[in-house]
Amino acid sequence: MLDQAEGYVTQDGRKIGGVVMEMRNITLRFGGVEAIKDISFDIREGEIRAIIGPNGAGKSSMLNVISGFYIPQVGEVWYKGAKRPALKPYQVARQGIARTFQNIALFEGMTVLDNVMTGRLTHMKTGLWRQAIWRGAAETEETANREVAERIIDFLEIQSIRKTPVARLPYGLKKRVELARALAAEPSLLLLDEPMAGMNVEEKEDMSRFILDVNDEFGTTIALIEHDMGVVMDLSDRVVVMDYGKKIGDGTPEEVRNNQDVIDAYLGVSHD
Amino acid sequence: MNTRSESVDGPLSVPALLHRNANVFALEPAYREKEFGIWQTWTWSQTLEEIEALALGFVDLGVREGDFVAIIGRNRPHLYWAMVAAQMVGAVPVPLYQDAVAEEMAYVLGHCGARIVVAGDQEQVDKVIEIQDRLPDFEQMIYLDPRGLRKYDHARLHQYSHVQDAGRAKRDELLSEITARQAKLDYDSTCVMLYTSGTTGKPKGVVLSNRNVIETSKSSSEFDDLRQTDSILAYLPMAWVGDFIFSVGQAMWTGFCTNCPESAETMHNDLREIGPTYYFAPPRVFETQLTNVMIRMEDAGRFKKWLFDVFMAHARKVGPAILDGETVGLWDRWKYNLGELMIYGPLKNTLGFSRIRVGYTAGEAIGPEIFDFYRSLGINLKQLYGQTEATVFITAQPDGEVRSDTVGVSCPGVELRIAENGEVFYRSPGVFVEYYKNAESTAGTKDAEGWVATGDAGFIEEVTGHLRIIDRAKDVGQMANGALFAPKYVENKLKFFPNVLEVVVFGNGRDECTAFINIDLTAVGNWAERNNIGYASYQELARHPQVMDTIQSHVEEVNASLAQDEMLSGCQVHRFVVLHKELDADDGELTRTRKVRRRIIEEKYDDIIAALYDGSSSVSTVTEVTYEDGRKGSIAATLEVRSAEVFPVGQMIAAQ
Repeated sequence: MLDQAEGYVTQDGRKIGGVVMEMRNITLRFGGVEAIKDISFDIREGEIRAIIGPNGAGKSSMLNVISGFYIPQVGEVWYKGAKRPALKPYQVARQGIARTFQNIALFEGMTVLDNVMTGRLTHMKTGLWRQAIWRGAAETEETANREVAERIIDFLEIQSIRKTPVARLPYGLKKRVELARALAAEPSLLLLDEPMAGMNVEEKEDMSRFILDVNDEFGTTIALIEHDMGVVMDLSDRVVVMDYGKKIGDGTPEEVRNNQDVIDAYLGVSHD
Repeated sequence: MNTRSESVDGPLSVPALLHRNANVFALEPAYREKEFGIWQTWTWSQTLEEIEALALGFVDLGVREGDFVAIIGRNRPHLYWAMVAAQMVGAVPVPLYQDAVAEEMAYVLGHCGARIVVAGDQEQVDKVIEIQDRLPDFEQMIYLDPRGLRKYDHARLHQYSHVQDAGRAKRDELLSEITARQAKLDYDSTCVMLYTSGTTGKPKGVVLSNRNVIETSKSSSEFDDLRQTDSILAYLPMAWVGDFIFSVGQAMWTGFCTNCPESAETMHNDLREIGPTYYFAPPRVFETQLTNVMIRMEDAGRFKKWLFDVFMAHARKVGPAILDGETVGLWDRWKYNLGELMIYGPLKNTLGFSRIRVGYTAGEAIGPEIFDFYRSLGINLKQLYGQTEATVFITAQPDGEVRSDTVGVSCPGVELRIAENGEVFYRSPGVFVEYYKNAESTAGTKDAEGWVATGDAGFIEEVTGHLRIIDRAKDVGQMANGALFAPKYVENKLKFFPNVLEVVVFGNGRDECTAFINIDLTAVGNWAERNNIGYASYQELARHPQVMDTIQSHVEEVNASLAQDEMLSGCQVHRFVVLHKELDADDGELTRTRKVRRRIIEEKYDDIIAALYDGSSSVSTVTEVTYEDGRKGSIAATLEVRSAEVFPVGQMIAAQ
């Protein structure tokens, strides 16, 4: 069904482009444990790609491979048409990949605005000295960056907590602030690690809407890990299913839903 | 009244006022909105340019004279401009409540036959799209915030800025058209149509003419000495007549600046940043703010708390007098100034009230202690009484004559009349033209001489000339001895006590008044906790002797204050019970908006009412209740009937 070279058109009529990132036969080991076993898949421009699977399936490890935090022992990561060498996290960030964390990793003592501004770090060119005296280029740059940050604050509807220290915010809002910080980097690929974990239904709905809006408004390619099957099926264009480090399914939510291996992995299967 | 009389001086329409402001106050701020963390400002001349561009775009889209242009969204300068732009091309703006569901919108849009809808964002656009098949007259929709709307079918949908751009591009060919249309506007052409909220039956479209709006804006601005340098925060629904008069009528008349908050959630922060000089809020808002202050003071350090208590007590003593310009002793004045420096000033700053010259509250009764709190701080909070049909103003309190229990004297140009049954009638230049497509209701509300029935009962105090509203006219009755029976007035007085949640007063056609009382479980429960009083349920707490004593003292306090009022002294509560269950909408005892349904309560609790009047000291009863899941059960209880002290008319009580 997929045209490998040209991309495809989703059910709701969005045009998905060529391959942005490709995983080729990735295997990742921690000592004797094989967290990921020979997995290949791709992520295409403009799509929302989900990685799902039961607990311990290796989803977070996979996301860490995509973000460049883990270097797989076997296999290649291809990004924007070139094989990616082993990189430091900041180098990955400069390549336009941003992420959020399962266990929120914000600067708790800083305000929401300051946290979002840290997402602009990769876009700041002036040196420490200039920034300290805040003259000329540094001033212009900060104004421009603040404008980007404010547009994202407006977009995610967190104006009312702009000046609130993050530590004082409830969980659901922290998640949204983290998304804001990731967006501030203006990433070409956004990685979300369980963006809806621990949320109630209303918060999940809000978050889903924001993820769709981000994809729609900025055309950001999104790869996300999620537990909640309902959310995944509604949100994503294509889904990779993992179980015990192996890929057991890959396709549209509809295809995955009807895949016998996936059903077995989620519902269990009798071994008689 | 001479219906064709022209205003002696000044412009005859809102667009004409806009042109005047753009000439006279060209570089002064007209509208501000906080966006992307910064207050964006438009001067009067920029405002004219924006509105004119939109008006040109309207003509380009085919808006005809007499069309209705619906406006739906939160308070934003662009939506206010859309109203004036509609007027500029001879159309009639119809602002709608933004939180109305699609069904309610379908009625209003269908009733006025709006051809054009200006929507604030995707949410509003979606609602209109949902119902558009039922709206034969609907043709085009303009949206302001493009977010999420890019992929919508744009056959009938246009972005606000694109409409303006189209208008600007065709300025040369279309300008003469709108100039000609504007020239036709006079004092009797329709300025705006506002739908009443429709608590009874379908909403009615109130047609207001330029005369209504401009005359009212003019006289009310003069009444309170509003100036070009004033500023207001526009945060109340745009569909409400008050917002239209404050943010469009008075703003255009005086040329002051209208500020729009960033979002509903940031309202309080924006209020602080703007520091409006002219402010309106319903009593509920003032109440919430006071509660917040008190809760935060409970958490403050002991010294700060002491300081606050000392100076607030002083403010309560002399603050209102200083505000009213009365003479106050030198020492008291000095202490008040010290308090201003240490407590009142910082507190007002926190609340965003530092610069208020004129503040109003209206809509329902405000608790006297809430009202006095703000006035004692030096905030000139006043009450007014009005309705859509009057273009807001019927009565208002002049500076120096402010009290919590009146709604003021009749506004300039307003005549008042009290009918036989106590209902208040008024006649003024602000009296609405008609209910749109509803001649029957128009005739039922406004008589041939222009007198309008308010539906409220009240009386004018002989000494001061102030109007006092006591109740909805249909709820007011007579007692057996012919005295006035105004249950809601008494109920409100009792509900001002934090311990009292709900009250139902009986007495229509009887010799004396009695009452059912619900305690407020939060407030009384809090008190019980602090005093180590254990209770397992509402029922148990409600029958606790100390609770009964407290409630009795509240009832007696209210009786004492009623006794000072010749007309209402008959409404003193002689006997009462504290009910064994909370009145609940699930049991049909309250409406969903928490209004008491007297008829149903009277039938359901007839045994208790009988006990209130036959002199027995207790009554046993079984009441059916409905649980949230729809199951039914019953509560059995024995209630103590208490008698409260009543006071002879006019007696002043020493113990207060």
